[in-house]
Amino acid sequence: MKKDNALTIFVFSLLILIFPLIYKDTYLLTIGIFIGINALVAIGLTILMGYAGQISIGQAGFYGIGAYVSAILSLYFGLPVLLSMLLAIVVACIVSIFIAIPALRLKGHYLAVATLGFGEIVYLILNEWGPGGPSGFGDIPRISLFGYTFTTSYEYFYFVWSIVIIVMIFSFNLINSMTGKALKAIHGSETASATVGINIVKLKIKVFILSAFYASMAGAIYAHYVTFLSPSSFSLFYSVMVLMMVVVGGISNLWGGVVGAFIITILPELLRGFKELDVLVYGIILTIALLFVRKGFVPLILEGYRRWLQK
Amino acid sequence: MTLLLQFIFSGLTTGSVYALVGIGFNIVYNSTSIINLAQGEFVVIGGLMMWFFFVGLKLPFLVSFTLTLAVAGLVGFLMERLTIRPLIKKGDLLLMIMVTIAVSILIRGLLMFKFGKDPYTYPPFTVGEPIVFLGAVISQQTLWVIGITCICIAILYLFFNKTMTGRAMKACSLDIKAARLMGINVSQIVMLSFIISAVIGAVGGIAITPISLMEYDKGAMLSVKGFCAAIMGGLGRGRGAVVGGFTLGILESLTAGYIHSGLKDAVALFIMLFILFLRPAGIFGRSEIMRLRKF
Repeated sequence: MKKDNALTIFVFSLLILIFPLIYKDTYLLTIGIFIGINALVAIGLTILMGYAGQISIGQAGFYGIGAYVSAILSLYFGLPVLLSMLLAIVVACIVSIFIAIPALRLKGHYLAVATLGFGEIVYLILNEWGPGGPSGFGDIPRISLFGYTFTTSYEYFYFVWSIVIIVMIFSFNLINSMTGKALKAIHGSETASATVGINIVKLKIKVFILSAFYASMAGAIYAHYVTFLSPSSFSLFYSVMVLMMVVVGGISNLWGGVVGAFIITILPELLRGFKELDVLVYGIILTIALLFVRKGFVPLILEGYRRWLQK
Repeated sequence: MTLLLQFIFSGLTTGSVYALVGIGFNIVYNSTSIINLAQGEFVVIGGLMMWFFFVGLKLPFLVSFTLTLAVAGLVGFLMERLTIRPLIKKGDLLLMIMVTIAVSILIRGLLMFKFGKDPYTYPPFTVGEPIVFLGAVISQQTLWVIGITCICIAILYLFFNKTMTGRAMKACSLDIKAARLMGINVSQIVMLSFIISAVIGAVGGIAITPISLMEYDKGAMLSVKGFCAAIMGGLGRGRGAVVGGFTLGILESLTAGYIHSGLKDAVALFIMLFILFLRPAGIFGRSEIMRLRKF
């Protein structure tokens, strides 16, 4: 990992550590937990879009598989929560292989619609055959580590964000490794990278699986945090929200996913008084981000910061 | 037998809308190589604006009809001018996909702001006894939907084959560079293709709303199904989308009738994934190599 990345992660971890000590408000902590969960999904999509140049509008599908499989295994089959979370992630990854192999032969628009179709199929299955159907089911056990069960928002906050930080460290290492460089090469030119001996298809599939891994992990955490699941949390709209997080935060920087998750998650909270407005505001933000801040807010802020330093 | 006929007619009705959305996809795709994921929203605009003019403002039927089409055309025009035109030169595919998604959310947001989350409907175009055909009961609105769709297809056929502008659009779909060299104003053609696709989507929305109601968030699913219709016939082929739309509609209503009503929406998704993964040239398309595209 590069030095400045390590430093940012260190400072960021300190911020995460002290945040709950300053703001003892459960409401803020809850939002913090949701930001962390969404950030996990968004980081996966950032790598897929920014580094492999592939699009997915079906992340809600993997997120849903992670949540439902883990909840069902722990609730109906009595498996320990951590084991069922792990199995849920494995299931999602296996599903992602079957989607990735045919889908990544497709380009651009076709890939977008194929992943969208996959997400909608998962949503339909949850609606038809998920426990409780469209109204969902509850009483999902909470996360427990070595016999200690998480109950307070503090514990969940620290748990989620430690995972986000681990994922960030892992992802930064990945990007700076040979694999990451190969990915960048693919994004630049597929033909050129194939001629220098990069196995494009294999790499793309790997990144697709990685994004499914992150999304399903987030889903599993979500299930055991809210302890109630219904299909509506896993609709197309969630996939579009994740896409929005990545676009708004910035596609070319891993922090983009985290910042995007922060902005998009707190938005509905800020708009609480104007219930009918949220979809419109999402639309305006996404359109403006695409038209004017094409690189996303993180690179924009970084650039501004560098310019400010030079003055 | 009677039941089967009944299902086929209800399939043709919803299939008409899929066909119109599918044609819209093709028109935009042919002039820009973009798949406009906001296509389904135009159907919703059609249904809801018609309600607004016809029921809300109590304007005469034909006036409301014309005004609704004008609004839809205007939205298509604005979409092209404000979002597509500034970005298309970048040649970035991811960006183009996302901007059409952004516009669809924007339209959905505006509609929800104006109309809320309730479903809307208005009386059928003509009041009268349903027609009984071989035992199947067919409402007059069903005939209107299918009839209007056929009229739309006929007008489009004449437009693309008999008028200078239509032929210019056709030329663009074959080879944009050559078309430009022949003195065709390509950017105007792109604008026109967005307006036309918006208007025919709205026609579908106006016709179907008395039967199936309309609400602000129906657009996404309609986009998916229209896209499915378009690729069933091979993307870019006008006639393919018509056959694809009707086939999809009938398959859906047969699935809902004979298998399980909850699986209705899954039909389009499975067909779509099947085609994308196995036969990207479309079920009815010849298995020739897909025409080369910018993207």
